[in-house]
Amino acid sequence: MIKAHIYKTLRSAAGKMELDIELNIQKGQFVTLYGPSGAGKTSTLRIIAGLLTPDKGQISVGDTTWFDKEQKINSPTQQRKIGYVFQDYALFPNMSVRKNLEYALEKKQDKNIIDELISIVELEELQNRKPETLSGGQQQRVALARALVRQPEVLLLDEPLSALDINMRSKLQDYILKVHKAYHLTTILVSHDIGEIIKMSDMIYDLKDGRIQKVGEPMSIFTNNQLSGKFQFVGDVIAISKQDVFYIVTVLIGQSVVKVVAQEKEIVNLKIGDKVIVASKAFNPVLQKIEK
Amino acid sequence: MIDWGPLILTAKLALVTTIILLAISIPLAYWLAFSKSRMKPIVETLVSMPLVLPPTVLGFYLLMAFSPGNSFGAWLQDWFGIRLIFSFSGLVIGSMMYSLPFMVNPIQSGLAGLPNSLAEASYVLGKSKMKTLFSVLLPNIKPSLLTGVVLAFAHTIGEFGVVLMIGGNIPEKTKVVSIAIYDEVEALNYTQANTYSIILFIIAFMVLLSVYMINGGYLKKFWK
Repeated sequence: MIKAHIYKTLRSAAGKMELDIELNIQKGQFVTLYGPSGAGKTSTLRIIAGLLTPDKGQISVGDTTWFDKEQKINSPTQQRKIGYVFQDYALFPNMSVRKNLEYALEKKQDKNIIDELISIVELEELQNRKPETLSGGQQQRVALARALVRQPEVLLLDEPLSALDINMRSKLQDYILKVHKAYHLTTILVSHDIGEIIKMSDMIYDLKDGRIQKVGEPMSIFTNNQLSGKFQFVGDVIAISKQDVFYIVTVLIGQSVVKVVAQEKEIVNLKIGDKVIVASKAFNPVLQKIEK
Repeated sequence: MIDWGPLILTAKLALVTTIILLAISIPLAYWLAFSKSRMKPIVETLVSMPLVLPPTVLGFYLLMAFSPGNSFGAWLQDWFGIRLIFSFSGLVIGSMMYSLPFMVNPIQSGLAGLPNSLAEASYVLGKSKMKTLFSVLLPNIKPSLLTGVVLAFAHTIGEFGVVLMIGGNIPEKTKVVSIAIYDEVEALNYTQANTYSIILFIIAFMVLLSVYMINGGYLKKFWK
């Protein structure tokens, strides 16, 4: 679906960086670009969108070539059918929620898509409000809906959830997955959040200093030893305390706090704030429905 | 009884100048805000020159250029039958140059102050640069537009040097209020001069007050 091989010299505060990225993304895949800041994730996304022109390379989507330096093809952003969600949402402050969506309509396009999208992201109540009166999560839903009005095949998400709290993030992840499936999108997400990446993506490109370090499925990227865990969760270490001869590591998984007993050798490389996987191999976890 | 002619002429001059200037300044400010051209500092300097040059310098060169004794002035007269000195059209052109920075600078800084993602979001939605400018960018810098319009209008009302140099003092044609005041003082008609002066004083006060109130957000509710 998306084949891209791009080179560009980027100049940033940290100095020059050579971006050299090769992507090969299947139709319908949910792909994440992961890596430290300044690795070139957003630049890669902007190049695919046509907001930034690479120095050389090719980009083709489906049967159409969007960029080819040698053949001098460089279709403008306007002609590349993509949905793009910006980190700062980029909603138009002068238009209501509904007007923001209607603005995206193409000439002669059926207006029913507006109502359909508004109902998918559950914005019916807010459709006549101005963006500035909405919360971050609500604004993000508007941005997501607006990006889908033109019915693109490719959805590009530039750290769309980084400004939201955990609760909101998890809800929006569900919205994104919902539209990804409902509209058979090929989605590229830029994200730092390992939990989010594991939950959402089929494939990860791990970027560093403008180059791809690793490509693979989430679990194989984030765990060094192949765990065949019966169950596993990703969380943040929030406390490590010594108890007699062993240690207690407190891990925040989503919104739940879990305490895990650890040996001294297990915590040597661990510090507060690290991402860890909590897994159980030997026992079957017990499931219990929570009655509301 | 005071002669209303100069007041009406001044209002007409300021209105015409402001309208034409707005139409010219939007593309110019857009270019200045987003261009990466090497020419940009030079154009920026030229736009801002009237802020520091004495109006008489501008007036003098315009007088030279527009004079039918000169090749450019002669060409205008021969080909278009326009004579720009000692005429209302000449005054409009002079005033436009003189008030250019007052219109361009607020619009330029308004455009430059908008987040880039706003325009980019519009391009990604398939909209042209023109559509983006008029539907997204300009509606979000209304206070800057208003500041530009009000300042250009007020500045045109207050000009003296350029008008005197290229317009002279022809009643109903080029005799604006600032010239009329000078004229009355010369003729020792202090009462008349005082009447004109008070009117200008009040207008200038109201105009600037409205700009500061808008920029201070006091009138924000009317702009949302």
